[in-house]
Amino acid sequence: MSALTAEPQKADLREPAGWRRTKSRIMTSLMVLSFVVVIIPLGFVLWTVIAKGASVVGWSFWTSGTIPPNTEPLGLGGIGPAIVGTVEIVALASAMAVPLGVLGAIYINEYGGRGVLARIVRFMADVMTGVPSIVMGLFIFSIWVLHFGTNGFSGLAGAFALGCLMLPIVIRSSEEMLKLVPDSLREGSYALGATKARVTVTVVLPAALGGIVSGALLAIARAAGETAPLLFTILGVQSLNWNVFHGATTALPLLIFSNASSPYVGAEGRGWGAALTLIAIAFILMITARLVTARFARYAR
Amino acid sequence: MSAVTQVDPAGTAGSTRALSERRPLGDRTFQALALGCGLLVLVILVLIAITTSQQSTSWFSAEGFKIFTNNWNPSANQFGALAFIYGTAITAVIAIVLAVPVSVGIALLLTEVVPPRRARPIVYVVDLLAVVPSVVWGLWGILVFAPWLQHIYTSIASGVNGTPVLGPLFGQPVSGASFFTAGIILAFMITPIVTSLSREVIATVPTIDKEGAYALGATRWEMIRGAVWPHSQGGVVGAVLLGLGRAMGETIAAALVIGSSPAITSHLFAPGYNMPAVIANQFGESTGVWRAGLMGTAVLLFAITIIVNVLARGIVERNARRKRGA
Repeated sequence: MSALTAEPQKADLREPAGWRRTKSRIMTSLMVLSFVVVIIPLGFVLWTVIAKGASVVGWSFWTSGTIPPNTEPLGLGGIGPAIVGTVEIVALASAMAVPLGVLGAIYINEYGGRGVLARIVRFMADVMTGVPSIVMGLFIFSIWVLHFGTNGFSGLAGAFALGCLMLPIVIRSSEEMLKLVPDSLREGSYALGATKARVTVTVVLPAALGGIVSGALLAIARAAGETAPLLFTILGVQSLNWNVFHGATTALPLLIFSNASSPYVGAEGRGWGAALTLIAIAFILMITARLVTARFARYAR
Repeated sequence: MSAVTQVDPAGTAGSTRALSERRPLGDRTFQALALGCGLLVLVILVLIAITTSQQSTSWFSAEGFKIFTNNWNPSANQFGALAFIYGTAITAVIAIVLAVPVSVGIALLLTEVVPPRRARPIVYVVDLLAVVPSVVWGLWGILVFAPWLQHIYTSIASGVNGTPVLGPLFGQPVSGASFFTAGIILAFMITPIVTSLSREVIATVPTIDKEGAYALGATRWEMIRGAVWPHSQGGVVGAVLLGLGRAMGETIAAALVIGSSPAITSHLFAPGYNMPAVIANQFGESTGVWRAGLMGTAVLLFAITIIVNVLARGIVERNARRKRGA
């Protein structure tokens, strides 16, 4: 019995009690609270768009050939031209920006290495992601649209503007993925006598493909939602224009923008329907990107 | 020894030439192509500066230093852009003040509180904020959020009426569309990027520093103050600057909710204008000096955002390098 009482007192390893512990807990709760603060507006936006858009969207809404004037009530016509425009312009922009961006990333990571020029290009690509999208729109307006007069507005001009926006994003995300490819793969192929170009195209690129595709999809999702670069490059029309290379056209974000400031109920409703469609497209692209990453990422961080 | 090198079976290919000269044409073409794509970034940035400046020369020559006055009146041919610069600054500052504590809080939550497995869903949710397009924020902002905020603004305004400092700041709401509404929406939009950059910076804090702090008996908050904060301070400043750049350039959401009224006022709840919004709203109908003025506003905006971004990236990069070296 006496031996038990003589046992040395155990060290107290619990968190210190009192004000210090309380303060730490308050701060931790504030961190959790900051996450809640972010969820609320996000949930609010998504819920509003779904609630107001769900009753508007439907097959005939998506496939209608012309966008009705703002004064028309809901139920007449739809947003077909805007969907066609968005898909065509974003596809064209991706066809330009993704290959160029991946090649740029190959330069930075495979050829430039630690050289000064590669560091400058990487740094400026980072800076270019911060160029306001409206400036990109005005840039394409002055360098392309102006030279063709009223014929200058076209899906192609819009695709140039979106492409300029996507390029630095694709470069940076692809470069991160190329960096993850282990050097042993490169060295193994060099040892077999392959040239640098062959090593890059047949060994390095396939190894990083999953990450590059997912990065490109995220860039496409971002471009699909951009309005400002399209304002002064595709003009915005009501009728369907299949030709992406000629004539003014329209796109979902542009339609939402013009309908948001319209006082008519019908236009507002079509705006919500278009918003739901646009968010759905962006989410599908993002989820695909996540799936691609999960499926093909061989050299994850 | 020299005899061995002489007897080279592949000697006919010209072994005396440097390796780089022996590379086949296809290989060199590919390298040139890659280099060209890398340089494209620099070319585009230079072209943006040149073409937009060219289009705006008539504004700079017609107005001179009057471009920095506060009278934007297209019908009277007066184009002073000060109100837009003021609006850009004020909305960006509101966005930063609101977004930074929240973003740093989430970044700390992700790195120091929740285990990595549970952190991933939180990252997805924060990234969703970035997936919602700018124009959808604007649509929701003007049709749902602003009318709701208007009630709050009116009650706050009547509460602070006549108070010395708060009165001029929070008085005179006209409608829900105002500097403050734009600031709140911009805050939502820049939260994902500030969060992800802060998280990257905070994740570089060495585990040994953190464990050391815990071993000295620190609570979690004391550990963050003592070990995490000194290490990541610089990088977080860079992340904040980057968020500032984004907030200044964000166009469509601001164009819809800022109220579209060129005014310099201390009233945060009053309608205003900022640089991207005025370009988006007026460029289509503009002509002559008016159009050049909007182009010039874009040049100013481009210059400001480039400076802010170069500073921010420089700080982030220098900070990362110093931490790696240490």
